[in-house]
Amino acid sequence: MTIDSAREAPGLTEAPPPELIQLLTPEGIRVEHPDYPLDLSPEEIRGLYRDLVMVRKVDLEAVALTRQGELGLWASLLGQEAAQVGSGRALAERDMVFPTYREHGVAWCRGLDPLRLLALFRGLSNCGWDPAEHNFHLYTIVIGSQTLHAAGYAMGVQRDGVLGTENAAGTIAYFGDGATSQGDVNEAFVFASVFNAPIVFFCQNNQWAISEPLEKQSRIPLYKRAQGFGFPGLRVDGNDVFACLAVTRRALEAARTGQGPTLIEAYTYRMGAHTTTDDPTRYRLAAELESWKLKDPIERVKAYMVKNELADAAFFDEVDAEAKRYATDLRRRCLEMPDPEPLAIFENVYAEGHSLISEEQRRFAEYLESFDD
Amino acid sequence: MTETLTLAKAMNEGLRRALDDDPKVLVMGEDVGRLGGVFRVTDGLQKDFGEERVIDTPLAESGIVGTAIGLALRGYRPVVEIQFDGFVFPAADQIITQLAKMRLRSLGAVRLPVVIRIPCGGGIGAVEHHSESPEAYFTHTAGLRVVACSNPSDAYTMIQQAVTCDDPVIFFEPKRRYWDKAPVDTAPGRDGWTPFDRARVVNPGEDVTVLAYGPMVKTCLEAASAALEEGRTLEVIDLRSLNPLDIDTVVSSVERTGRCVVVHEAPVFNGYGAELAARITERCFYHLEAPVLRVGGFSTPYPPSRLEDHYLPDLDRVLDGVDRAMGW
Ligand SMILES: Cc1ncc(C[n+]2csc(CCOP(=O)(O)OP(=O)(O)O)c2C)c(N)n1
Repeated sequence: MTIDSAREAPGLTEAPPPELIQLLTPEGIRVEHPDYPLDLSPEEIRGLYRDLVMVRKVDLEAVALTRQGELGLWASLLGQEAAQVGSGRALAERDMVFPTYREHGVAWCRGLDPLRLLALFRGLSNCGWDPAEHNFHLYTIVIGSQTLHAAGYAMGVQRDGVLGTENAAGTIAYFGDGATSQGDVNEAFVFASVFNAPIVFFCQNNQWAISEPLEKQSRIPLYKRAQGFGFPGLRVDGNDVFACLAVTRRALEAARTGQGPTLIEAYTYRMGAHTTTDDPTRYRLAAELESWKLKDPIERVKAYMVKNELADAAFFDEVDAEAKRYATDLRRRCLEMPDPEPLAIFENVYAEGHSLISEEQRRFAEYLESFDD
Repeated sequence: MTETLTLAKAMNEGLRRALDDDPKVLVMGEDVGRLGGVFRVTDGLQKDFGEERVIDTPLAESGIVGTAIGLALRGYRPVVEIQFDGFVFPAADQIITQLAKMRLRSLGAVRLPVVIRIPCGGGIGAVEHHSESPEAYFTHTAGLRVVACSNPSDAYTMIQQAVTCDDPVIFFEPKRRYWDKAPVDTAPGRDGWTPFDRARVVNPGEDVTVLAYGPMVKTCLEAASAALEEGRTLEVIDLRSLNPLDIDTVVSSVERTGRCVVVHEAPVFNGYGAELAARITERCFYHLEAPVLRVGGFSTPYPPSRLEDHYLPDLDRVLDGVDRAMGW
């Protein structure tokens, strides 16, 4: 393969692959899929639209804060809002989420205050929330690790004997296309499969792992991997919030009723840079970005709503205004967050007293005090 | 020919030279090709040497090191990039159980000239797993050579020496020094190069021997300048090679100064400094005026970036160590 052929990224192909599950076309036309009926009230549709807009606005605000030096880094979800909001709104409260570092939209759906995310990327904490608070686990930076934790968690749910009852909980693990190359992810597939664990593997195939296109990770469509491990895999239009919702709902239901794991490949696109330190112009063609802009996850819902008179101009204006107010407030709250005290370094390393830590903490406190006079 | 280069560019030139010198040399890793690496250390190499030699790999560290072992078994000399220190652990199994031991297990029949480059250390305001100092794990594993460069000139020569070495080499690059500039002699030929398993006295002095490597060398040189204003001279030694350790250079210095402070970013407890302290005590016991002291990170996970200035030894912490050694 030459370097040039590597540029023929899958994003450049115009027609969506035939196996793609879609309920809303990029033009905003509702289509039916025999396996994924979805009945949403106008209110629910407006809710999803609001989520998409809010999530995008929070993300853009975080990018802006990073550019202004207020955050050390930000991994933008621009373009992936539908995959995250669709799957996130499919979750029941009891379901458990195992995210990567880009799941801001899922965090939003779980009710996690975006300020927590900003605190992490501002360098104030090494994550800093209690996963049990919103059934949203810690962000994971080491690629793929969390898929094994999710599989194990699901095995725990299974052992609790709640599957098939109203107390059943599903587990969902998020990861990217690049992550599918990791041993951990493949091992998670094996465990989930042989133990028939109640888990949904939600891969956001955004076409790129930093600079490496999908071809550097796989020669077959990712959803097809599942078959080799012995469980169903499907590909959904990741820019279609309806389809993501319907498909994830159904996979979670399968998990909760003891039918085992599902792999969902949400076919989407990372519109921005990998993170704010990345420069995609070094590896990505502008034409690719342009072609994906036409599939924007927010615009298509809006088009659908307008066509079907589910909302008027006042509604769209109000959502925009709300998002703006929210972002302004979030920025203020971000800038108000104080730096942690130096001695916080020694906190929460162990659950029980630890003489080495106490000793180092005491000495460091003395050292800091020596500058006072 | 002497050029002024950043450390990252010097690495790049060294790798370029290595690829030029030997068609069996390969560069592999995540994003090393088209992007040129997240720190641009491999910038332009794929363009000049092709995709067969500068390989963007799947996102799998165990896979990267494991296949590098296989390529080495087939006569290639892979230079592997681990994107950040914290991501070497998925490959730890391949490095520790396989790479380090195959030569011995084959009674010397197998050579594994694999270089594993790891941008290491903190100070760049990064998120978790991007600022670690995992050297102790690897120096503890027999069969690996472990080196750390601290300046552009060494980066240029040491990487070439690592590539031509027939043993596996763990090669640490101090990421917060990537942008530091210094003159580098890039004339062909290796005459006058310090062997890459030798330490180097980078600042001669009489009062205290300060041992450092990688990112801390610069900090210790700054401390030496500051100490001079108080009339103290620090002998700063850049260890360069952590395993093997050039203990003789260290011993001859400590025998003169009678005092030694070891500085590293990694936690002090069970860190590389512990080995140095023990060894120096054995060799220099009757010359020591004070115990060998260590200045380093705490026994805590690397903190969030807003606290890293407290965690990382800085000029004041080094001088504090020097004061304690002098005041004994
Ligand atoms: C084990 C490991 N190796 C390398 C990295 C550095 N890294 C961070 S994100 C990334 C690319 C991830 O791509 P993908 O899984 O497709 O997810 P995306 O970021 O595109 O959402 C890499 C290589 C890491 N975080 N963890």
